[in-house]
Amino acid sequence: MDYKYPDERGHFGPYGGIFVAETLMGPLTELREAYEVFFKDPEFLAELDADLQHYVGRPSPLYFAERLTRHYGGAKIYLKREDLNHTGAHKINNTVGQILLAQRLGKRRVIAETGAGQHGVATATVAARMGLECVIYMGAEDIQRQAINVYRMKLLGAEVVTVESGSRTLKDALNEALRDWVTNVENTFYIIGTVAGPHPYPVLVRDLQAVIGRETREQILTAERRLPDALVACVGGGSNAMGLFYPFIGDPEVKMYGVEAAGEGIETCHHAASLCAGEVGVLHGQRSYLLEDEHGQVSETHSISAGLDYPGVGPEHAWLKDSGRADYVAVTDDEALEGFYSLTRNEGILPALESSHAIAYAGKLASKLGHTKIIVINLSGRGDKDVHTIAAREGIEV
Amino acid sequence: MSRLSAMFARLRGEQRAALISYITAGDPQPTATVELMRLIVAAGADAVELGVPFSDPMADGPVIQRASERALAHGVSIGDVLKMVAEFREYRSDVPVILMGYLNPIEVMGYGNFAEHAADAGVDGIITVDMPPEEAGDLDAALTTRGIDSIYLLAPTTVPERVRMICDRASGFVYYVSLRGVTGAGHINVAEVEDHVRGIKTRCTLPVGVGFGIDNPQAAAEMARFADAVIVGSAVVRRIEQADGDMRQIHQSLSAFIASLRTAIDEHPQAVAATP
Repeated sequence: MDYKYPDERGHFGPYGGIFVAETLMGPLTELREAYEVFFKDPEFLAELDADLQHYVGRPSPLYFAERLTRHYGGAKIYLKREDLNHTGAHKINNTVGQILLAQRLGKRRVIAETGAGQHGVATATVAARMGLECVIYMGAEDIQRQAINVYRMKLLGAEVVTVESGSRTLKDALNEALRDWVTNVENTFYIIGTVAGPHPYPVLVRDLQAVIGRETREQILTAERRLPDALVACVGGGSNAMGLFYPFIGDPEVKMYGVEAAGEGIETCHHAASLCAGEVGVLHGQRSYLLEDEHGQVSETHSISAGLDYPGVGPEHAWLKDSGRADYVAVTDDEALEGFYSLTRNEGILPALESSHAIAYAGKLASKLGHTKIIVINLSGRGDKDVHTIAAREGIEV
Repeated sequence: MSRLSAMFARLRGEQRAALISYITAGDPQPTATVELMRLIVAAGADAVELGVPFSDPMADGPVIQRASERALAHGVSIGDVLKMVAEFREYRSDVPVILMGYLNPIEVMGYGNFAEHAADAGVDGIITVDMPPEEAGDLDAALTTRGIDSIYLLAPTTVPERVRMICDRASGFVYYVSLRGVTGAGHINVAEVEDHVRGIKTRCTLPVGVGFGIDNPQAAAEMARFADAVIVGSAVVRRIEQADGDMRQIHQSLSAFIASLRTAIDEHPQAVAATP
């Protein structure tokens, strides 16, 4: 595979890079050096593998969804069951790795931003396991719609800080986490939850999530003796999609579809589809696609799923879009709900609302591709955290 | 000679440090900004640092965040900020004006286009908080063409070889961030700042300004002993906020505060002539 991104300063073509205040340049250099050393260190990698196996519960199954396949009436649909990981989502693949780096760097305190709360829970979980102090930043709006995850983080011993600034969602939580990091650089490790942010985070998180794609590759070869025709994953910041896509980038016959949140419709301004409807901009340490106004102010976004409700996207996705290697599409809140019900009723699996976007698009794609084709959906998380949102939409009080 | 160089040359002769006062453009309302720029200069500031409001001010503490939100509520864009500078120039052609903000509004405007309009408006220097020199080649080139200084931040975490690299790239002056934290945070350790600034001066021929968290005359005076410029931001913006839109109170409170900073700084002539 001759795909060699990013370059040594974190560029994926024109995207990525490092755009932060000077105070953070030192800590980012420290992190990059740690990444370069430890991701080649057999002892570190063995410890990471052991944690993934015994603590996270990997490998996660690749499950043939027979009734969902029949429901959509087309290509065979497989589900990569990241929802079965410890804490219920792919997020923990990343946090188990970053906490090992934090430990190697002697940091006693970890911080993180969270949208849906899955990354916050995954961070609080590994911090509890390592006995490190943990502070999670979460937008006030998200705290309201993801109350269960907020309580889980508190049970795990984390301090959850409510962010009231700006749009009071994930982007503002990220701003606040960056402010904390600038203030506490000496003792604090910032665990970013997605393939975004300043270099080396996009490549670090990608490499940690790539276990999803590596396993999928082996599992589909065992099950079908060939590679799939299409990979489908939801994209907010883009870590579960990048984790699934990356090991397949060198296989041009495998199409890759990233599914963004079209919210109330991409033609309205109530969506979060930065790749489908954004422009190039700089936010949170990186250059990438961004939802912004004509003056460069970052737009407020909307999605039924808190985890996709973010105006930016990881720079590698921007590059995969421009280079044509991956396609990016968007589905609405209503379509995502249809995906949610389809999986729940046909397979007995409650997907996260984020992952429901991938299901909804895979459904459309399956009927288009026909019976001879194979689709793998990354079922990035389970939906227990979303039952209140869904009940509220149905007018039911839980 | 640029306005910034002229200012530093003049003050060096007088063995005084510059007082640079920050306000956010458009706070508390767009029509007040030029008036406030003139006011802080009349009260004793040597230069004005004008904040360009941004939706996601990651390096700013709550005071300047709220100022940014107030300005954005009035729809203040980077184009509007340049118009304010141009209007200020009708009154004061000698006082340096520096813009401080984040990269994205400049990115969207286009580097060349921005540099041209900023130069036409009479902007002297740009501090782009989230633009490190490694990424800034094209922007610096556009600014240099138009005679605008690229002012870079140096932090307590900036290692000596990086100080040298940044100083080579910077023009106008370099801005030492006097604490680990966001704008307006507390707990400045004066002795530590002095050590750092003296260290920077051995590697850098540009004037060194100090800012972040300087909020009273005594702190300003202590910094003025070894810094070429003292930059006060959140403490000024807080006084604007506290007046709650009452322009008369803003005038009184800002005039008195800036004058007290000026007096305190001038009572502490620089021990060593700072920069050759």
